[in-house]
Amino acid sequence: MNYNWNWGVFFQTIPAGDETYLTWVIHGLGWTIAISLCAWVIALVLGSIAGTLRTVPNKKLAFIGHTWVEFFRNVPLLMQLFLWFFVVPELLPRDLAMWVKQDMPAKEFLTAVVALGLFTSARVAEQVRAGIQALPRGQRNAGLALGLTQTQTYRFVLLPMAFRIIIPPLTSEFMNAFKNSGVAYAVGVWELVFVSRQMVEETGGQVIESLIVPTVLYIVCAYAANRVMAVIESRAHVPGFIVAK
Amino acid sequence: MIKIENVSKWYGNFQVLTDCTTNVEKGEVVVVCGPSGSGKSTLIKCVNGLEPIQQGKIVVNGTQVNDLRTDLPKLRAHVGMVFQHFELFPHMSITQNLAIGQVKVLGRSQDEAMERGLRLLDRVGLKAHANKFPGELSGGQQQRVAIARALSMDPICMLFDEPTSALDPEMINEVLDVMVELAKEGMTMMVVTHEMGFARKVANRVVFMDQGQIVEDATKDDFFGQPRSDRAQQFLSKILNH
Repeated sequence: MNYNWNWGVFFQTIPAGDETYLTWVIHGLGWTIAISLCAWVIALVLGSIAGTLRTVPNKKLAFIGHTWVEFFRNVPLLMQLFLWFFVVPELLPRDLAMWVKQDMPAKEFLTAVVALGLFTSARVAEQVRAGIQALPRGQRNAGLALGLTQTQTYRFVLLPMAFRIIIPPLTSEFMNAFKNSGVAYAVGVWELVFVSRQMVEETGGQVIESLIVPTVLYIVCAYAANRVMAVIESRAHVPGFIVAK
Repeated sequence: MIKIENVSKWYGNFQVLTDCTTNVEKGEVVVVCGPSGSGKSTLIKCVNGLEPIQQGKIVVNGTQVNDLRTDLPKLRAHVGMVFQHFELFPHMSITQNLAIGQVKVLGRSQDEAMERGLRLLDRVGLKAHANKFPGELSGGQQQRVAIARALSMDPICMLFDEPTSALDPEMINEVLDVMVELAKEGMTMMVVTHEMGFARKVANRVVFMDQGQIVEDATKDDFFGQPRSDRAQQFLSKILNH
């Protein structure tokens, strides 16, 4: 391989300023983490609600949960991002639309968070639903027979076990939030993918260095997410309960 | 205490209960038996409204269960139920299992609920296991905890849905002993079971069901002495010949 390695590229200053590329990478990492964590919070909250709704006896509420999941699951993530960025502002009332397009602070970042959060929420919802449905039917009956209301039965009986069961797939989903956050470059957020593309173009030839460092940082982020979930999993372990082991 | 009048129920087009009528008086122990698929478990789940009925009427302690205005959680709080598969809450310790209904439904303080829970646990002989989790107990122990959990709500009557069917044979008696004790204390009980020994010992009446219908509703002595229907005779000869 006739490649001219130059890891020093990260300590070069960018053409239009006095920052180094390393500073860029660090900023990029910051945005990646910010988008992923904010989107994950949205996904966890809304996904839990939508997934729970899909399992309630009330048909109308179940339909709302179902529609939510199907909408955000059946459209590609990148397309959803573009829809939020280019189409949704057009649908707003005129003054609000102007504000969103011209004055809204951190518009690109917020759009990416909303798009990734809602996309991921549909996937979380399906896992929550699966977790609830995996519980023996008698658990719900036992809660109700004690005199708990439907809501209390979910809160104290069904959801605590459902979430324990789905920790492994939720772990993957949390890691996906980091990996999928890369699409944000498409609307101009300076996160890791954006930074590496920019470096490829500007450094004239240091392609491998420009791509490898962000790649390693993604691996570190995803693995950190994995470890956080592993700690939660061991803390939530139920003595004598095999599945959650 | 429990009045079941002309109750019919369908799952889609399939009729699971046909015109069932019976009642359980205060202090009475009624055993419901019959072949599997005869609708006995479905019937007992209708009593506290876990399953809806399409026709007829069920009244528990003066409150009509199948009335949309009935506050079902309030009614169920005082109707104890024990399930075939125990259905303890696996993520809660035994004491938490015994306290949750008392605290969240009856509004008792945590201390009061714990104290009452421990007393009931002692009564079913499991005080030493108070801080364990359901998954660490045997089936028979779990079912005794489940009975204690139902009793913690000070029930006016108890429903048992095949309480020993999922147990190993050697564990059946420890559960039946607790139930016999309860019956002797005068608890109103409706018990779906195949345990004819239990029925003989404590039942006042036996209800025999087949294909969603109540075929026979007789006193214990009449039922075991001279069952009127052929179907009940066949059933008895099959399960009593061992």
